[in-house]
Amino acid sequence: MGNGTPIGRVRGLGTAHEGAHHWMQQRFTAIGNLVLMSYLVVSFALLGDFGHASVLKWLTSPIAATAIILLVISVFWHARLGLQVLVEDYMVDAGTKFGLTALLNLAFIGGGAFAIFSVVSIAFGGKA
Amino acid sequence: MSQRDQQNPARPLSPHLQIWRWGPHMLVSILHRATGDGMALVGLPLLVWWLGAIASGPEAYATFQSVMGSPLGMLVLVGVSWAFFQHMTSGLRHFVLDIGAGYELDINRMWSVAAPIIGILLTAAFWAAVLLK
Ligand code: HEM
Ligand code: HEM
Repeated sequence: MGNGTPIGRVRGLGTAHEGAHHWMQQRFTAIGNLVLMSYLVVSFALLGDFGHASVLKWLTSPIAATAIILLVISVFWHARLGLQVLVEDYMVDAGTKFGLTALLNLAFIGGGAFAIFSVVSIAFGGKA
Repeated sequence: MSQRDQQNPARPLSPHLQIWRWGPHMLVSILHRATGDGMALVGLPLLVWWLGAIASGPEAYATFQSVMGSPLGMLVLVGVSWAFFQHMTSGLRHFVLDIGAGYELDINRMWSVAAPIIGILLTAAFWAAVLLK
């Protein structure tokens, strides 16, 4: 906390105690989401057939596989930041906040790793 | 103990959501949060399951398809897709507001009304494209 100037006295007092970096990350990943989710939505619309053979064929193409891996990174990061804000805003107790943030990290890193591994194994022809 | 309590217990709390008068700006604001959190909590587990099922082979994928192809599953999918398009239009509105534009009362109101309508239209167009293909 600061030296008694008006801005110094309020800096860091928000629910998160900091923010500009988080805010920028949310925007950068939002731009990534916009591009990559548009790719996914258009792919879905063009796919038509959602059977295993059809989605497998789509996801083994290098462009689709790369796009979906990037999508997982961008969207998971963005959603992880978004849920953190939710926890910061509505959870008053510091211990609960800490516990939920830890849980968020585990869930997102775990889910993201599994999703990326799945795409890689599909692209490398794991189980056709 | 909350930050507020530690600093100054006499600081007042503001009235929250249920006390505010409903209007288009407030609606898009809270919809952005609700759809973002909804996608994070429901959409992402579905995405992970979908990718995992494709990777695990035809049998696992058939389970995914039978669950998500059921009426309830389709309802969830339509819901997640609507959440995406709604979040996208209100997110694009965020970008405009972030650069400092669009705060004039009538223009701000106009886009608050337009965002949910465009979101619904895009959802309908998306499903039309998927189902008619
Ligand atoms: C078109 C793509 C997207 C755009 C343009 C976008 C844009 C944004 C922006 C600008 C914010 C910050 C809002 C604020 O600071 O108040 C935000 C928040 C958020 N987004 Fe996204 N987003 C997109 C896709 C997604 C996806 C796919 C997910 C989830 C899977 C998601 C989940 C969230 C969450 C949970 C928040 C926090 C909401 C809150 O608590 O205020 N977003 N989004
Ligand atoms: C009906 C009116 C309201 C709506 C629709 C609403 C909606 C939202 C949303 C969507 C966010 C997160 C995204 C953003 O920052 O833009 C937010 C943040 C927040 N809201 Fe509200 N809210 C309302 C009223 C209130 C009231 C009355 C309070 C005071 C108790 C409040 C306190 C906060 C705080 C502290 C944040 C976090 C700001 C930050 O750290 O960035 N909100 N609100």
